[in-house]
Amino acid sequence: MPLFSETVSATILEPLPFVEWQQRPAWPAVSLANTDPVEDLAPHVGRLRLIVLNFPKFSDGRAYSQARLLRGRLGYTGELRATGGVLQDQLPFMLRCGFDSFESDQKGFEEALAKARTLFSVVYQPAEDDRATASLLRLSRRNVHPAV
Amino acid sequence: MPDTHFYRYDDYDRTLVGERVEQFRDQVRRRIAGELTEEQFKPLRLTNGLYLQLHAYMLRIAIPYGTLSSRQLRKLADIARKYDRGYGHFTTRQNLQLNWIKLEDAPDALAALAEVDMHAMQTSGNCIRNVTADHYAGAAIDEIEDPRIWCEIVRQWSTLHPEFSFLPRKFKIAITGSPNDRAAVRVHDIGLRLWANEAGDVGFEVIVGGGLGRTPMIGKTLREFLPRDELLAYLEATLRVYNRYGRRDNLYKARIKILVHEIGAEKMREEVEAEYAAIKDGALKLPVETIEAIARQFAPPALPHRAAVVAEVEGLKLEDRDFALWLKSNVAPHRMAGYRIVTASLKPAGAPPGDASAVQMEGVADIADAYSQGEIRVSHEQNLVLPHVAVEDLPAVWRALGRLGFAEANVGKITDIIACPGLDYCALANARSIPVAQRISNHFAGLARQHDIGDLKIKISGCINACGHHHVGHIGILGVDKNGVELYQLSLGGDVDFGKTAIGAILGPAVTADKVVEAVDAMVHTYLDNRGDGERFVDTYRRIGAQPFKERVYAAV
Repeated sequence: MPLFSETVSATILEPLPFVEWQQRPAWPAVSLANTDPVEDLAPHVGRLRLIVLNFPKFSDGRAYSQARLLRGRLGYTGELRATGGVLQDQLPFMLRCGFDSFESDQKGFEEALAKARTLFSVVYQPAEDDRATASLLRLSRRNVHPAV
Repeated sequence: MPDTHFYRYDDYDRTLVGERVEQFRDQVRRRIAGELTEEQFKPLRLTNGLYLQLHAYMLRIAIPYGTLSSRQLRKLADIARKYDRGYGHFTTRQNLQLNWIKLEDAPDALAALAEVDMHAMQTSGNCIRNVTADHYAGAAIDEIEDPRIWCEIVRQWSTLHPEFSFLPRKFKIAITGSPNDRAAVRVHDIGLRLWANEAGDVGFEVIVGGGLGRTPMIGKTLREFLPRDELLAYLEATLRVYNRYGRRDNLYKARIKILVHEIGAEKMREEVEAEYAAIKDGALKLPVETIEAIARQFAPPALPHRAAVVAEVEGLKLEDRDFALWLKSNVAPHRMAGYRIVTASLKPAGAPPGDASAVQMEGVADIADAYSQGEIRVSHEQNLVLPHVAVEDLPAVWRALGRLGFAEANVGKITDIIACPGLDYCALANARSIPVAQRISNHFAGLARQHDIGDLKIKISGCINACGHHHVGHIGILGVDKNGVELYQLSLGGDVDFGKTAIGAILGPAVTADKVVEAVDAMVHTYLDNRGDGERFVDTYRRIGAQPFKERVYAAV
């Protein structure tokens, strides 16, 4: 499947399925099923360069939670790749959850990725993209103009 | 036009809703151009409120916490006229459904909605749905705190939530701020009940895993008392546990109630509390300024002093029996002396429950402007509510509603029936609901008789998905299909009142459509023959049990 990435280069390392990787945890690339416990990667996130998360169907959203835990809780900073049922209309959600590369068959995916971050200029909830929420922006505006 | 006394969009809200409309416009274009398959398009249209029904697309418009301004209601009338057949259907989730929308018109209809700060986001799909509340919020005499403040906070947090837009199944949250629960919080995925503890602090009881549908369940209390500023962290923790561990192998076992049931409330609590502990001091903690800024927008209107006892009202009560009955059933106490909460019954005898024409919507908007601070509520019982009516104005409001056909004195009575759209519209239904409701309504049309029968909630669903809440009807009616014949299963004893919430028990074999009225009539007679002093239908049933009802019903049908 074609690979798309926001950054200059996605890693070419072959990710190992989680069970195999557990035998060779020094290998820097792993692919998780959406039922694999991301918490188990905690001691290794500093070394990992690629984590692939699977969407068996685009409608199965478990990997969104895995992504947020990897980024937000475990502090993983390497490449986070979505594969499987990956469609351009999910991009705004995936980007907010911390994914930065995508395998997709869908036509027009590259163009969609280029503008996915601009579709919504307002966000309501904190996520893994560190965007300021509407609520925070309101708060700072009130502090600047307390009368408003 | 009066100011609204509930949340007003600012530029952030307007920008987001506008951008969402444009995103959907592009998705519709791609669907029509064949770039998206129906399978790919379906979740996109669903999270914008667009269903494909039996005859046409249906647009489900969100009415957050059931609160509308007169301006918004007029716009809904406008949209119904321009893009539909001039009427709409208010639902049991405080939404409005338009049943005849064209796909190519949907983006324009959504853009028109956005003009009055409304949207149809997340009224469908496996995401967090429009949050519902007590329809008397902000006016109720028994209210501890206006639940809509919290509904709005939850609305913003849940809108386009990047992690929770592809949950195992839909997710419904309801909030009540009164001890008398009018929001059915024990039968929601999450129910939140505001209450004050002994120290006088207000917090939430968090109830998880209730629901109706195929497997009705009463929710379990995960937290007795949650500080208000920790609400979003607790919700996010609960949703994360559900998103990760909720079943996805079987559509009918995918709701959070099944997860809670299978792992047990204790284990569920452990999981949620562990996740919550990890995030509770993070970015979701609500600053007091944020809560206060939203709370200020729900500040009650400054209602001028009005007389608590009015000679004209007392006189009319004696002269006109219909007015007297209407005062009893359709008018509720208000937190301020001299005011009342008025329910406009969308259940005139023989009409489809919850339907309103564009003309009727505009009429209600006019009445709200003249007599209710320009404010209207939608109740989950499919009626419209005028929350701030002066006692002095009751005769005028009664007459005006009467001209619209909305002054039937039947709120809470046997003809105030909840019914889903059923097989007349819905692609999921097994049987018709509306004609059954209409037949019962015609049979019991006499007001004196209805008031003699007293409080009796009939709820009708056209399939096991239970949109008509039949499980919690004092009398529940469920349409089923048996070899191509529509049959109706009857149940008794359901209840949504807080502390008494119960799932009704099936009475016996299902009956044919033409026997439903006889069956209900037999139940009513059983009650009338057996009732004790001040006993409601459901109280008598609880005291004497199903057997007398059963015998009489099956002798009659």
